[in-house]
Amino acid sequence: MHGLTPIFSTVTASFLASFVEVVEAFTIVLAVGVTRSWRPALTGAALALILLAALVLAFGPLLALVPITVLQFVVGVLLILFGMRWLRKAILRSVGVIALHDEEQAFSKETAALQRQANDRRADYLAAVASFKAVLLEGVEVVFIVIAVGAAHGQTLYAGLGALAAFVLVMLIGLAVHRPLARVPENSLKFVVGLMLTSFGVFWTGEGLGADWPGADLALLAIFAINAAASFVIVRWLRGAYPTPAEGAAR
Amino acid sequence: MIRLVLKELVGMFVDDGSLALLALILIALITAAVKLMALPPLVGGFLLLAGCPAILLESTRRAARGKAR
Repeated sequence: MHGLTPIFSTVTASFLASFVEVVEAFTIVLAVGVTRSWRPALTGAALALILLAALVLAFGPLLALVPITVLQFVVGVLLILFGMRWLRKAILRSVGVIALHDEEQAFSKETAALQRQANDRRADYLAAVASFKAVLLEGVEVVFIVIAVGAAHGQTLYAGLGALAAFVLVMLIGLAVHRPLARVPENSLKFVVGLMLTSFGVFWTGEGLGADWPGADLALLAIFAINAAASFVIVRWLRGAYPTPAEGAAR
Repeated sequence: MIRLVLKELVGMFVDDGSLALLALILIALITAAVKLMALPPLVGGFLLLAGCPAILLESTRRAARGKAR
């Protein structure tokens, strides 16, 4: 499976999902850097990246030992759970049931927490731990996404390149604006990523069960379209059936 | 720290418990039908494709109704 459709969808899914996660980690690292200093911020982030790389190097090769149909099924099931979770949250945010994620608010919250610790003699250590935790926890999700969208069809390299591109882009924008990336349309991104990951999940779970999808790889696009249409119908119906006073639009 | 990472790992897949549970039940039923009752795998795939949005609808409707109360 090395046609353009799966490569494009793998790179896009990995890029967009990683972009959302890297923006969230960047907000915390920036808060640590600005509030405390850049040394603990970058030290914590670098240690987390080293740990993530070690985990990938340690467990990545084990995937090659798993039969491909089993791998497709297991990864497919995990992607359905992961993708539907994102999709659910994006739908609920777009109809105003839960609040939109706000990077400015996350930045302020982290900054306030770091300022409370400013007089602690372990302040630098605590700041580095905050940065380490943010990069590790968001990074774990990026690693899962790269492995999940890449491994089932031997496209981990393309998925990795998508994630790397997201990392580089966020760093470049972050260096340029030097503030939280609050204008990123995070909920719209989450919506699209949730749709893509759920579609990958359905496609691969089906393949793992032995299904030969009509149109082979192109079926992925049809599955995406069906999931997208269903999700938009759900959003419209929820907006009509359960109007909220401060209905947030998907941004 | 390990506990935090494990919690994050579980949280990656389980947010609304019933969404995850219903999705797993749907997959288990389809898998059993394909493997034990000779349901054609492609039909299983289409059932999965139809079932996921249905579960999503149920989960989001429940959350919206809870908020509206």
